[in-house]
Amino acid sequence: MSNSNKYDTAFIETFQVDAQQLSGLQYQDIKEWDSIGHMQLMSVLEEAFSVELDIDDIIDFSSYEKGKEILSKYGVSMANE
Amino acid sequence: MAYNASSDVRGGRTAARERLSGANAVAGFDVASLLDVAPYSLDHVTKSALFAEAMNALTRHHFSHCPQYRSMLEFLGISLDTHHVLADLPPLPVRLFKEFELLSCPRKDVIKTLTSSGTSGQQVSRIYLDRTNAGLQTRVLARIVASITGGARLPMLIVDSPAVVRDRQLFSARGAGILGFAMLGTDVTYALDEQMRLDHAAIAAFCESHADGPVLLFGFTAIVWQHLYKVLRDKGEKLPLRDASLLHGGGWKKLASQAVDPVTFDGRLRETCGVARAINYYGMVEQTGSIFLACSEGHLHCSNFSDIIVRRSDFSIADIGESGTLQLMSLLPTSYPGHNLLSEDEATLLGEDDCRCGRKGRYFHVAGRISQAEIRGCSDTYRAA
Repeated sequence: MSNSNKYDTAFIETFQVDAQQLSGLQYQDIKEWDSIGHMQLMSVLEEAFSVELDIDDIIDFSSYEKGKEILSKYGVSMANE
Repeated sequence: MAYNASSDVRGGRTAARERLSGANAVAGFDVASLLDVAPYSLDHVTKSALFAEAMNALTRHHFSHCPQYRSMLEFLGISLDTHHVLADLPPLPVRLFKEFELLSCPRKDVIKTLTSSGTSGQQVSRIYLDRTNAGLQTRVLARIVASITGGARLPMLIVDSPAVVRDRQLFSARGAGILGFAMLGTDVTYALDEQMRLDHAAIAAFCESHADGPVLLFGFTAIVWQHLYKVLRDKGEKLPLRDASLLHGGGWKKLASQAVDPVTFDGRLRETCGVARAINYYGMVEQTGSIFLACSEGHLHCSNFSDIIVRRSDFSIADIGESGTLQLMSLLPTSYPGHNLLSEDEATLLGEDDCRCGRKGRYFHVAGRISQAEIRGCSDTYRAA
């Protein structure tokens, strides 16, 4: 599975959303993405990409797009796949 | 773990002034730059200048954004046209958060509401957080906890039941505490089940993965004692952890009635749960984030983000060593007017900048609730079955 696919799957399975909802999705936009959902998502992503996120990155992870930017700092690239 | 007192103070007074001149979109001062400084590094001169500036700015911010707060200040005849000496800025009695809906942000921006855990028949406080304030709370909490963990996220065993955080819209003080700390952990595991019984399978899996490495245990003092220590003791079991730090708070009252003092608590937790360091903290839901950690001397410490004043019953400022009512100031609250509060706790200021542990700032002792104050608190109001 490509990194983009893994990333999308983490959102879709954690929040029970459709792929079409992902673009532009922000923290607290949907009731599933609250502080508990956020920690679930972080833990799914950490496992999927074998990374450990810093606390500041967890706090800054404010949207679907921002998360890609943050993961790229950990060597998880989703461009040109 | 040693605390490095010589850490970066960033040039002291001058840097503090520069920081203060930096505009903060929210309240007119720049709290963000303090996040890059060691959390117990500001001495009296630097910190009192910073707090006088910041508390005046926060008071103006809440005056402009919270109508009830504005009414109270107007009633007290406080003019915000002039700069006030820190001690002259009026603290809000914490009970007002029970009686009024106090917000300094648009209602639609509230993403999280924290409540105090009052016992039945008592009203609860409601603390409204917007995104900015909630994020700042977590960042500051992370900085303060990093002073003992070194900054890495550690595997975390929460000595409580996941049922406490079930209501995802409204968090009790207990739930808010758990969620706030859980952000700092990895492999977050709950040690108790829905009925507050030990979850043996979960604990065994946690210990198997992390027995040798550093781990963080978190829980409320009375719950850790009642539902972890005593249960293990009665069964003659021990946790096979070798390098655990325990962060615990919520008050000693329940344990004092069982004649358990901090020394006994630390000793038993060490023997039974492999807790190498038990660190008590004091904090209130009205000022989540800027908590006070006890040092190796057993003293609670203000970080750069908080300060205290102890008041006599005539509201004059108590001397060092004299007990009185605890006033708490925090740089964090922007979405609700909780930056300057008069608590219902009795405390004693022990000193400033000169604790043997090396931390700068004021350090103090909390004796408990002032008599006649309503019973409130985190685990002290938790009723064990």
